[in-house]
Amino acid sequence: MLAVEGLTVEFPGRRGVLRAVEDVGLSVAPGEIHGLVGESGAGKSTIAAAITGLLPEPGRVAAGAIRLGETDLLALPPAARHAARGKRISMIFQDPQTSLNPLMTIEAQLVETILAHEPDLGDRAARARAAALLAETGIRDAERRMAAYPHQFSGGMRQRVAIALALCTRPELVVADEPTTALDVAVQSQVLALIRRLVDERGLGMVLITHDIGVIAQVTDRVTVLRHGRVVEAGPTGAVLGRPQAAYTRSLMASVPRLERRLDRFPLVAIDGAPAIVRPDAADAAERWLRAHRDATAAPPAAEALAVEGLRVAFDGPRRGLFRKGEPIRAVTDVSLALPRGSVLGLVGESGSGKSTLAKAIMGLVQPTGGTMRHDGAMLPPGRSRPRSHPARRAIQMVFQDPYSSLNARRRIGAILAEPLALYRIEPDAEARDRLARAMLALVGLPEDAAERYPHQFSGGQRQRIAIARALLARPDVLVCDEPTSALDVSIQAQVLNLLKDLQERFALSILFISHDLAVVRQMADRIAVMKDGRLVEAGESEAFFAGPRAEYSRTLLALTPSLALLEGAAAAAPSPAETAAVREM
Amino acid sequence: MRALIRDSDALHLLARSPLVIASALVAIVILAGAALAPWIAPTDPYDLASFSLVDALRPPAFQDGADPRFLLGTDDQGRDMVSAILHGARLSLVIGLSAMAFAAVLGVGLGLAAGWIGGRFDAVVMRIADVQLALPAILTALLIDGIARGVLPRDAQEETRVAVLIVAIGLSLWVNFARTARASTFRARNEDYVQAAIAMGVHPARILAVEILPNVVGPLLVIATVDLASAILLEATLSFLGVGLPADAPSLGTLIRIGMQFLLSGEWWILWVPTAFLVVLVVAINVLGDFLRDVFNPRLR
Repeated sequence: MLAVEGLTVEFPGRRGVLRAVEDVGLSVAPGEIHGLVGESGAGKSTIAAAITGLLPEPGRVAAGAIRLGETDLLALPPAARHAARGKRISMIFQDPQTSLNPLMTIEAQLVETILAHEPDLGDRAARARAAALLAETGIRDAERRMAAYPHQFSGGMRQRVAIALALCTRPELVVADEPTTALDVAVQSQVLALIRRLVDERGLGMVLITHDIGVIAQVTDRVTVLRHGRVVEAGPTGAVLGRPQAAYTRSLMASVPRLERRLDRFPLVAIDGAPAIVRPDAADAAERWLRAHRDATAAPPAAEALAVEGLRVAFDGPRRGLFRKGEPIRAVTDVSLALPRGSVLGLVGESGSGKSTLAKAIMGLVQPTGGTMRHDGAMLPPGRSRPRSHPARRAIQMVFQDPYSSLNARRRIGAILAEPLALYRIEPDAEARDRLARAMLALVGLPEDAAERYPHQFSGGQRQRIAIARALLARPDVLVCDEPTSALDVSIQAQVLNLLKDLQERFALSILFISHDLAVVRQMADRIAVMKDGRLVEAGESEAFFAGPRAEYSRTLLALTPSLALLEGAAAAAPSPAETAAVREM
Repeated sequence: MRALIRDSDALHLLARSPLVIASALVAIVILAGAALAPWIAPTDPYDLASFSLVDALRPPAFQDGADPRFLLGTDDQGRDMVSAILHGARLSLVIGLSAMAFAAVLGVGLGLAAGWIGGRFDAVVMRIADVQLALPAILTALLIDGIARGVLPRDAQEETRVAVLIVAIGLSLWVNFARTARASTFRARNEDYVQAAIAMGVHPARILAVEILPNVVGPLLVIATVDLASAILLEATLSFLGVGLPADAPSLGTLIRIGMQFLLSGEWWILWVPTAFLVVLVVAINVLGDFLRDVFNPRLR
């Protein structure tokens, strides 16, 4: 039905022509979901934009053909192309928050779209079709709820509305660009199931773009693996993921954290590109420096590096009136956790579960309303009452989620890294600080001359290494990592996780590892704690947890996390209807 | 040179806009002329003994009855217009730049503090800013000027005229700086690199100076340029109204006020030459400000 042949897309710029996509071919049959998978810069979204005719300026299709049925899409005049878009091809975007108009009711948006393409249909029929579609996409009481505005729906519900909007003109082909990336796993699983059902029932063709191999494994029929704008490998999903031929596909698969087993290290398959030249003696200097400090400090009496008891955090709710304060919003309620010295505690939860707030409370960035925190058995003053010179400020360091925001773009890496050394008066001599910063860069696997450059000259993974180096230079004994790899591509994630494991073992760090992804946590953690709606649901030994979680919610979460085990024929049961119903309104 | 232009966004943008290049040239020529006025001006317009009424009301060099010594003619006192304008521009620019710097220091300081401390301090500062915005700039300047006249002894007034003007103009321009600095500080506060610095225990003053201020410089530079134009205009307005600089030390505004008397007489150049000069200067600065805005805001490209 959709046939793309030899597609080449170019972006002419003043530094020369950039080829975003080169000689890509793919075909989609009715009732088939064709997955496009690849890491950032692979050209996935550019291919989608070329198919839909929405290439951003100054991009142009330099060669190739795109045919939908008998129609050559590239030969269509702009007006006909515009008419085909929406009517024959429609789109689902990543973020339903921005793809729906916040000022129009759901009904108005659906009816407008239907009437734009079928003006003869009439208001009443258009409205009936809109309601039927919403019901079909799983919105209960659609007749009544379609009078609501997008903000009155949850994220998952909004994505259902966006899917209804994409289907309301009865298109032949739907292009979905990362349709579940912004959603929590439980909701993601439902939305994927919905997409699969609609494609089967309606005989749609779908191009589904994602960076997540788990999503590919769960719903696609065929898959094309892309890298740097070229096809690496293509074929039926089972065959490509089950017996990957290309080295790149194999390394990509190896980098995906497995929910069903814990790997000591991710096997990293070298593809191409020389690894950064790192002087081993420089890294050794940093290692000796860290060890010397560790050996010099006497082991503290407490067995727990970090202990939190009955911690509560509440924020002011929206004001109810001029003189009435709103109900406080409870972000964390009565959470008690312990991080044993030298181990990794994985803290898992969906967005809004309060896990990041907990981390910020430990760092002294938010003011708890109750409970106690201890570091090495000593009380940690909460929030603003923790003095700037408090020893825990040095001993507990944090690695943030977004490596693009955690490094100041206006400062050289060298200056960023020297900051903790000067701040904690670890090294009074500026030249020695610089030497240490460079040695630490070598230790985290970056060239030493990185110290002279600025953050924007590094990729996300490299920046996360820099952030880790900054934390290490404070000579911490506790590291709080808040989703340290969730902004990274999977192969980069594997490298960063390997690095964290290395460092943890070599320097006996205690790590609080926060993530929404159970598969990632399984690779890292010795103990697991699960949070939901600000409360602790379950805590225990990692292996025991994955063997059989006690709490109902943990079981559901585990069942809904996409797993590559599906492919390998392992007995990973699909979520039962009861479990799906349990998380529907989350 | 080509490679340099290709690799620098700012130079690339500059190479594509002839208006900006022209404005930059105009601004540079005027700045140089103003800075070097005491050395390059044909006569000293402040030295009353140096000109005589015999030379009064000479037209510019290209008109009949002109005196080749006076390229742009003379005013009713026999003062050379070229010298008067060069010295006037010098005064206008000194006052404009100082007022802009005063407003920037005051506004950025208050804005950073308000954005960082938040709460009541922020509310008070920003309400003062709102009140300030409700007062026309000219009114603020007149008020400061009036107070200075009332408070200072008579003989000190002449010497402090320039300082009073700078404070008056600066006070009516600080709000833009404060608002921009405050908004940027608010945004930066929640950036992870600032959170990281707070968690590490870095002193707030250092966070503001090292982590936040460098990220605010771009938009502030744009405001500074546009406000420089406003400051020059405001000074000209005050002098035009007679509360600025006196006739024996004329700035551009004073020159225009003197010229007003000749608006409808034949001696057009006494009014129009300084007026045109002021307009060209202000337009050039504004074009440069617009250009800076484009350079610092990649999304507008």
